[in-house]
Amino acid sequence: MRRIGLEIHCQLTGLESKLFCPCRSDYRGMAPNTNTCPTCMGVPGTLPRLNRGALRGALLIGMALGCKTPERLAFFRKNYFYPDLPKNFQTTQLDAYWHSSAGGPGSVDLGGGSVRIRRVQLEEDPGRITYGGEGRNRTTLVDYNRAGVALVEIVTEPDLEDPAHVRRFVSALADLLENLGVTDPGLEGAMRADANVSVGDGARVEVKNVGSFRDLERAVRFEITRQEELVSRGGTVAGETRQWDEGRRITVGARVKEDDPDYRYFPEGDIPWIRLDRGTASSLRASLPEGIAERRARYAGLGIPAQVADVLSSDSHYSALFDRAHTGPDAKEIANLVTSDLMGLAATREERRGSGVTAGGLRDLAAAVISGRLSRKSAKEALLRMHEGGGDLEGIIREAGLGNVTDSAEIAGVVAEVIAEEPGAAADAASNPEAVNYLVGMVMKKTRGRADPAATISEIRRALGG
Amino acid sequence: MTDIGISALEYVEGFRSGSISAEDFVAATLERIRGIDGDLHALVAVREEALDEARRVDKVARSGGDPGPCCGMPVTLKDNICTADTPTTCCSRMLEGYVPPYEATVSARLRGAGAVLVGKTNMDEFAMGLTTEFSAFGPTRNPWGTDLVPGGSSGGSAAAVAACECSASLGSDTGGSVRNPASFCSVVGFKPTYGLLSRHGLISYANSIEQAGPLTRTVRDAALMLDVVAGPDPMDPTTVGPCGPYLAGTEAGIEGRRVGIIREMVGDGVDGAVASAARDAASRLEGLGASCSEVSIEAARYSVAAYYVITSTEAGSNLARFDGLRYGAAREGSGLAYPDYLEEARSLLGPEVARRMVLGALVPSAGHAGRYFLKAQKARGALTREVAAAFKEFDFLLSPTVPVLPFELGSRIDDPVSLFLVDANTVAANLTGRPAVSVPYDIRDGRPVGVQLMADSMRDADLLAAARALEGVSRVEGGPP
Repeated sequence: MRRIGLEIHCQLTGLESKLFCPCRSDYRGMAPNTNTCPTCMGVPGTLPRLNRGALRGALLIGMALGCKTPERLAFFRKNYFYPDLPKNFQTTQLDAYWHSSAGGPGSVDLGGGSVRIRRVQLEEDPGRITYGGEGRNRTTLVDYNRAGVALVEIVTEPDLEDPAHVRRFVSALADLLENLGVTDPGLEGAMRADANVSVGDGARVEVKNVGSFRDLERAVRFEITRQEELVSRGGTVAGETRQWDEGRRITVGARVKEDDPDYRYFPEGDIPWIRLDRGTASSLRASLPEGIAERRARYAGLGIPAQVADVLSSDSHYSALFDRAHTGPDAKEIANLVTSDLMGLAATREERRGSGVTAGGLRDLAAAVISGRLSRKSAKEALLRMHEGGGDLEGIIREAGLGNVTDSAEIAGVVAEVIAEEPGAAADAASNPEAVNYLVGMVMKKTRGRADPAATISEIRRALGG
Repeated sequence: MTDIGISALEYVEGFRSGSISAEDFVAATLERIRGIDGDLHALVAVREEALDEARRVDKVARSGGDPGPCCGMPVTLKDNICTADTPTTCCSRMLEGYVPPYEATVSARLRGAGAVLVGKTNMDEFAMGLTTEFSAFGPTRNPWGTDLVPGGSSGGSAAAVAACECSASLGSDTGGSVRNPASFCSVVGFKPTYGLLSRHGLISYANSIEQAGPLTRTVRDAALMLDVVAGPDPMDPTTVGPCGPYLAGTEAGIEGRRVGIIREMVGDGVDGAVASAARDAASRLEGLGASCSEVSIEAARYSVAAYYVITSTEAGSNLARFDGLRYGAAREGSGLAYPDYLEEARSLLGPEVARRMVLGALVPSAGHAGRYFLKAQKARGALTREVAAAFKEFDFLLSPTVPVLPFELGSRIDDPVSLFLVDANTVAANLTGRPAVSVPYDIRDGRPVGVQLMADSMRDADLLAAARALEGVSRVEGGPP
């Protein structure tokens, strides 16, 4: 049997400031050590000032993952020496000394089966270390811009069994966290995961340093294979921490056997203990946004096909746009436009932000398709123009000449031209439906797809005396 | 000749009436420091620029402005309170020459109220000690006899106040570090309710129990200090309020108040002179209309053990940041692995700090936490319950501040356990977060004896009134010889 547990770290990127000081939560792109203050640098005498928004975010995450909401919360110090920790201890959470972390035991099914959550805890991110040079010129550079950013650690029980489930779980988790509005999983380093892997009765191996979800799946797959092969050759798996080597796509054991670290946890007295009364907890719970599964069901109720509903409901940005745009009867068409066209045009956060597509624009576009005024092809082009330059649909149709030609006189003119150019096909048309289709195709070609198909067929029939 | 022996309040009144100028008073104080501190070593930094600051106070007053309630009063701060313009070393080689990038809230409030900082005071390294002998810069001597320790860890503050090197000082009290030296040097030392004074800028030793507190020559001076520095601070989420006023209520007296004499602190094992002074104080309070009877705080006997487990745990963590990467004199670390460099850097820490950090590494560790840290927390809980129960029966609890008379320098420094027991009467207030004050009461064999009063949380103003009453019946007359 394979047992895989995950420790997922997620930065609360939606916050303005760090967990315990007013420095920016978004440190990306800043020159090293410019996003710091005495508090996050651990200058002697400074004290942490808890960011209430961070606590709220951590509690929401716990609730969304089906975790028990604690009544008494505290922070703890995890003591260890490492140059990326300004105080040489990390302020984190633990269930000890009569107090709990932001989320207690629970379980959640994000597709693929239920996974138990051991704990959700709020803690501070350490700084970042860059190693450089070789031999005597080896350097270790530390950047504390990230130090103190609010981080939520989600610890699962070893309930996952195969690498594909791991990938599905973390990607669904990323959708869930984004949907909660607490994090943007697309930001570099915003979500990081370690895996604990064991096979059979073997010892637990921790795999660290995994940079992406794709690599997490690879690392877990490699580790399972490695352990199973070892066992099949009569070996035993040693409990250890292994690093993922991104380049070689293998896990590597630490050269030196680390002792079981003793973090000497004890309660942090500088942050007053928090008692969460029932009223606060239930109003927090009431503020949870609609879950992805509930949303999927709601979309299915609007007549949207399962696959489209799946894609749309797991994307918080586009589902919100969809919800603003549709009026009910047009839901299916708008869902289609969003999932098959718009999501491809604007995938990244920047592209989304720069997009000129509005809820109103989508609504107009869907109406034009439903009424037959725009072909699907033209609608796609109009959407592209709307995305790139904004503007209302009427203007775009006029400018680009996209409107369907429904005027029978105009179509009759084109039909006459085509019959004159294709006498053979015209002759066959009376007996052969294929020939009619061919003539329709030629009319479409001349009108760049804008001719109304029904009107075209009736004009051809009329011209040929049908 | 300016009399610098007057109380802080007398100075303030003199300044307001125009009979004393800040410049004259501060100049005389600096002169006093030059004359005596060579013998006492109460200060580790003297600020000559204080004179200019005093002149500015005078100028503000002359031009009709308000120089604040402290109006040029010369003060000192223990050297673990951050000052952005003066080194703050905790009397450790680790922080030698370190100038903090910000000002502690208590210092900012005090100086903002017009107090003039004349110096930083000597202390046991990182406030770990009871005699000031563990200062990396050499011990402070007791103004009542230079062969005696001044107590600690705020020994520099107590000696400076007793010897009139300042009108008032702020120390810090983790297990008695304000009250113990106040008792040994015969000055007033006040440890406020936990959270009454901001700890922002007080360099942490044992953060869950320590508080800054005033050392002054009179109880009313301590109240004046609290009026200026107490109160909530957004930079310290553990601060509480509202609070005060303090000075206004100090003459309320003690009539009708119930005083409990802590039986364990006046019985066996306590120095006879000290115990009899405490009983004498109680009988004089009865003379003022208080009712006194004995009360037992049984958990008090575990308090020293619990105190050392908790403080060592917190100290081990609070001082972990002193790894030589960001603090500590520049050392040749190139080529050393981090653990070796760490070891090298930590050799800057003195023996008492090292002892407590080793303890701090052991007692909360996975294999030992159940036996030590958890037990200490339970003892703290039991003590808190017992003290809370006692305050249902009594308004104040009375005991000697320290179970022994001031002793000679060097006499106990090699015996950590006998030193630790010097804290026996003071740690309960810290472990339970209650306010407590040491008031000079008597001189026995030429050695000062202080009496401690403790009150329930947030009853700091009442406690000051009781302390003022006790001060009124004190047998001490005048300062050191």
